[in-house]
Amino acid sequence: MTINKSLKSVLGGVALAALAAAPAFAGDAPVPNKGDTTWMLIASVLVLMMSVPGLALFYGGLVRTKNMLSVMVQVFAIVAVVALIWVAYGYSLAFTNGGDLNAYIGGFSKAFLIGITPESVVATFSNGVVVPELTYMAFQMTFACITPALIIGAIAERIRFSALIVFVILWVTVIYFPIAHMVWYWAGPDALASASKALLDAADDAAKATAQANLDAVLSDAGMLFQWGALDFAGGTVVHINAGIAGLVGALMIGKRTGYGKELMSPHSLTMTMIGAALLWVGWFGFNAGSNLEANGVTALAFVNTFVATAAAAASWLVVEWMAKGKPSLLGLVSGAVAGLVAITPACGFAGPMGSIVLGFAAGAVCFFFCSTVKNAFGYDDSLDVFGIHCVGGILGALATGILVSKGLGGTGIADYITSPGTIVEGAYTLGGQLWIQGKAVVFTLLWSGIGSAILFKLVDLVIGLRVPVEQEREGLDIASHGERAYNY
Amino acid sequence: MKIVMAIIKPFKLEEVRDALTSLGVHGLTVTEVKGYGRQKGHTEIYRGAEYAVSFLPKLKIEVAVATDMVGKVIDAITAAAKTGQIGDGKIFVFPIEQAVRIRTGERDNDAL
Repeated sequence: MTINKSLKSVLGGVALAALAAAPAFAGDAPVPNKGDTTWMLIASVLVLMMSVPGLALFYGGLVRTKNMLSVMVQVFAIVAVVALIWVAYGYSLAFTNGGDLNAYIGGFSKAFLIGITPESVVATFSNGVVVPELTYMAFQMTFACITPALIIGAIAERIRFSALIVFVILWVTVIYFPIAHMVWYWAGPDALASASKALLDAADDAAKATAQANLDAVLSDAGMLFQWGALDFAGGTVVHINAGIAGLVGALMIGKRTGYGKELMSPHSLTMTMIGAALLWVGWFGFNAGSNLEANGVTALAFVNTFVATAAAAASWLVVEWMAKGKPSLLGLVSGAVAGLVAITPACGFAGPMGSIVLGFAAGAVCFFFCSTVKNAFGYDDSLDVFGIHCVGGILGALATGILVSKGLGGTGIADYITSPGTIVEGAYTLGGQLWIQGKAVVFTLLWSGIGSAILFKLVDLVIGLRVPVEQEREGLDIASHGERAYNY
Repeated sequence: MKIVMAIIKPFKLEEVRDALTSLGVHGLTVTEVKGYGRQKGHTEIYRGAEYAVSFLPKLKIEVAVATDMVGKVIDAITAAAKTGQIGDGKIFVFPIEQAVRIRTGERDNDAL
């Protein structure tokens, strides 16, 4: 394998970080920068804010009064449970070397955070820049917490609470951690630079062969989708397609809400939905810009893209709905904003701001079409449109990332850490080739999560039962499952 | 003694109250209700899901008055609650068998 051939393997997951800022590769072990560390901790709490209270309010406002608290309990409980699983074995399964299974999943070497001290550091996307491992672990924890919470929107107002919690524990373990590993786990820029430099410095054939073998080993110390070169800056596949398809599968398997299509199921408080959506938008800056793992120009790019793509999608849904249904609605506006946030997630560190706006416009219109027309045509009851917004928006964003990363379209281009060790240069890119890789990653995620979720839902249904009895559903989950009500007038 | 019960548009409450106060009617019970008549309902659309809302919010007011006041009370409510649009509401009149003021024990017309 030559260096040029192996380039293909380092395309994934990495923005062409600010060239000027990247220091030449040096032998000294880098130390975390206080600015990077601070930013990443703030980004982590912003992502936590997306779950609680953001997502809880966004979803809660959309259900009927009698189910308000059930949604809040579900989101909050999922965050708490998954946070514990994450430190127990989730982080280790997602972000360590898994030996023979390393293409698919990590191992247990850091279970219970063994060996992680305040001095431990992890790589970012720049040579010579590291952040404390605890910071990175905490940031990724917030992603693991919010992703399964997204699923509940599809099965809200009828899911049995105990069944949901068991499902979530299984789901993060066999669906989320592997996908996160496959898409985001890699050796890091310094390991690549060091191995590549050794190859360039190798004097004779024997040394070259050893160095090449070492470089190959470093390159293959990455998840499968990363090795394909799939680009997913902040979680289009890992978070949104993953949760979105699981939601659709769940909605199909659990069945429609009692009275769906016959009774009024209008949202009980769009005021809260708007507050939740606004918190999601604010928190998403931590999600997207934080995914750069350091504070630099690419972070700012992701930040700006997150701003403008969301604005474009909100405007786009508003206009399309206005034309199609006669009135511009608040729910349309905030749904468009969330669709835009979802779509820009995989692209936010790769696309340029103008490309992001185009993506946002597309996301608003496409997701509107899926939530209004496609859902009605097929008749499935995805209560809060997890599929129509997260899965569809995620697919759109993942595919568009392959296009918008193009330098010619204002994108960053693809990072190459190998050709010139210690600096990042622009890697090879063809639109068709990248789009093909993105498509493969999308299909793989749909199959992995779709089939895996179907098996898990079936299993939980057989053992516990997914649905509450009809009379409990009629009474409302707040009283029936949790013994309290949201509003005591 | 009669109960005059009227179903009115919610935003007309203050005008009706003012009209009744100027007649010397001191006391009024208001209930938030939902219903439909000739106005029927309207359509609400949430992310493309259309719901026909058949029951519209209205206010039900109830006034207990002496029998000789009924005509004036009806006229006052009609004048104050009228917009001329469909959905203005209706007035119903019922007889009262007895009335008691709880604090003093006064009966019938004295209790109104």
